[in-house]
Amino acid sequence: MEPVIVIEHVFKRFGSNVVLNDFNLTVGKEENVVVLGKSGSGKSVLIKCIIGLLRAESGRIAVLGENIPDLNHDQLDRIRAKVGFLFQSNALYDSMTVRKNLEFPLRRHWFDLAQDKIDGMVKEALENVGLAHTVDMMPEELSGGMSKRVALARTLILKPEIILYDEPTTGLDPVTAREISTLIVDIQRKFHTASIVISHDMHCVKIVSDRVALLDGGKCYWQGKYEEMEASGDPVLKQFFE
Amino acid sequence: MRLPTKFRQFLDETGGMTLFTGRFFSQEFRPRFEFRELFSQCYIIGYNSLPLVGLTGFIMGLVLTMQLRPSLVVYGVQSQLPLMVGVAIVREIGPVITALIFAGKIGSSIGAELGSMKVTEQIDAMEVSGTNPFKYLVVTRVVAATLMLPILVVLSDTISLFGAYIGVNIRSVTSFSLFFRQVFAGLGFGDVLPAVIKTFLFGFAIGMVGCYRGYNSRNGTQGVGRSANSAVVISSILVFIIDLMVVQVTALMGLN
Repeated sequence: MEPVIVIEHVFKRFGSNVVLNDFNLTVGKEENVVVLGKSGSGKSVLIKCIIGLLRAESGRIAVLGENIPDLNHDQLDRIRAKVGFLFQSNALYDSMTVRKNLEFPLRRHWFDLAQDKIDGMVKEALENVGLAHTVDMMPEELSGGMSKRVALARTLILKPEIILYDEPTTGLDPVTAREISTLIVDIQRKFHTASIVISHDMHCVKIVSDRVALLDGGKCYWQGKYEEMEASGDPVLKQFFE
Repeated sequence: MRLPTKFRQFLDETGGMTLFTGRFFSQEFRPRFEFRELFSQCYIIGYNSLPLVGLTGFIMGLVLTMQLRPSLVVYGVQSQLPLMVGVAIVREIGPVITALIFAGKIGSSIGAELGSMKVTEQIDAMEVSGTNPFKYLVVTRVVAATLMLPILVVLSDTISLFGAYIGVNIRSVTSFSLFFRQVFAGLGFGDVLPAVIKTFLFGFAIGMVGCYRGYNSRNGTQGVGRSANSAVVISSILVFIIDLMVVQVTALMGLN
């Protein structure tokens, strides 16, 4: 499988707190990799390093062949147009309607798009998450699950090759969490995206993962299929099922 | 030698603020220019502040006149009331009071807005959407505050003088033209120029402090509240410090 993300020997710390210590991971094309770990283990830091929101102190983070720590702002923007990021808090712009939220990344990356083309893309993105009727609503009028879907639509609108999900089911009820997990799989199948999903929700992990990577002590402690993890006798792995 | 914690925090804040201001100047003149957002902020910061600034300006002029009058009557110089009120409003009271009201309204709203965007990851979302959030959020708001405050001060001064005219006419009768002729007779270039210059500096300081506090907000919603609050406190203090410095500089230039 052709790799789209290659992470090698990455080191990151905040003061004396080492978060990533010689971390290695590869994600193939159209593969969903779930990075599992305890709270505060550095999962969110990892994907923020991948998108360039945080800078790794050493190591290589190659996304679509480009080493992220070497890129300047303009080069990063070009890569970011191909990499979607779903924030844990959804990060919808609360002063803008759903339509404006979705238009925002379009207008920033493609300056000369005609309004009718933009309208069509906004409609299509919202239809993909089943929320076409929310186009003129404000984020405060949406429920938690709807906000997550709209945030996902905003991520999808640029047709990314890779999507990074930061704890997509946190704070949602089990039914909505399952719907979001299923939606992640549907998106992967429909748009042929590769994904890194940060989670510690084992139901979500079971539904979305092609492969699971366990982050522990700043390192990739274990990698494998969900079923292998479930069958493992390793106490570190077993604690996620208890 | 270990410095006291409060003093170290003060130095940290001063250093952070200086770097933030340096970043503003390094990014302000580089494309891409966010004109649409700048105009939108000018509307929000300038136009939406008009009712408050106008009302306080009117009351300020009226009250100042009514309180000055008895003292002038004692010395028999009540005919100089328009001149004194005019100089006081245009040189000092108008710019400073308007700037303080502006700091309360705009400084806090910028601090809270950016703080809230920071803690809900909206600023990060902007960055991954291919936007330079510093240019989009900070540069536009600081430039809008710098440009709008002088305009608001001119309007506030005008309304304030109108309030003063009404104040004069409560106890005596003075024609509109005579009142304003006396006001303008007392004002010179050296009164107007420093007053205008300092309003640009006030606007810049208020916008910059609000953005700095909001952009560096931490610790969730509690942090947002602290950012908004400290933006008002720090920018209000800065208004007085800048005022003092401008008075000193203009005195050295012979403009006082």
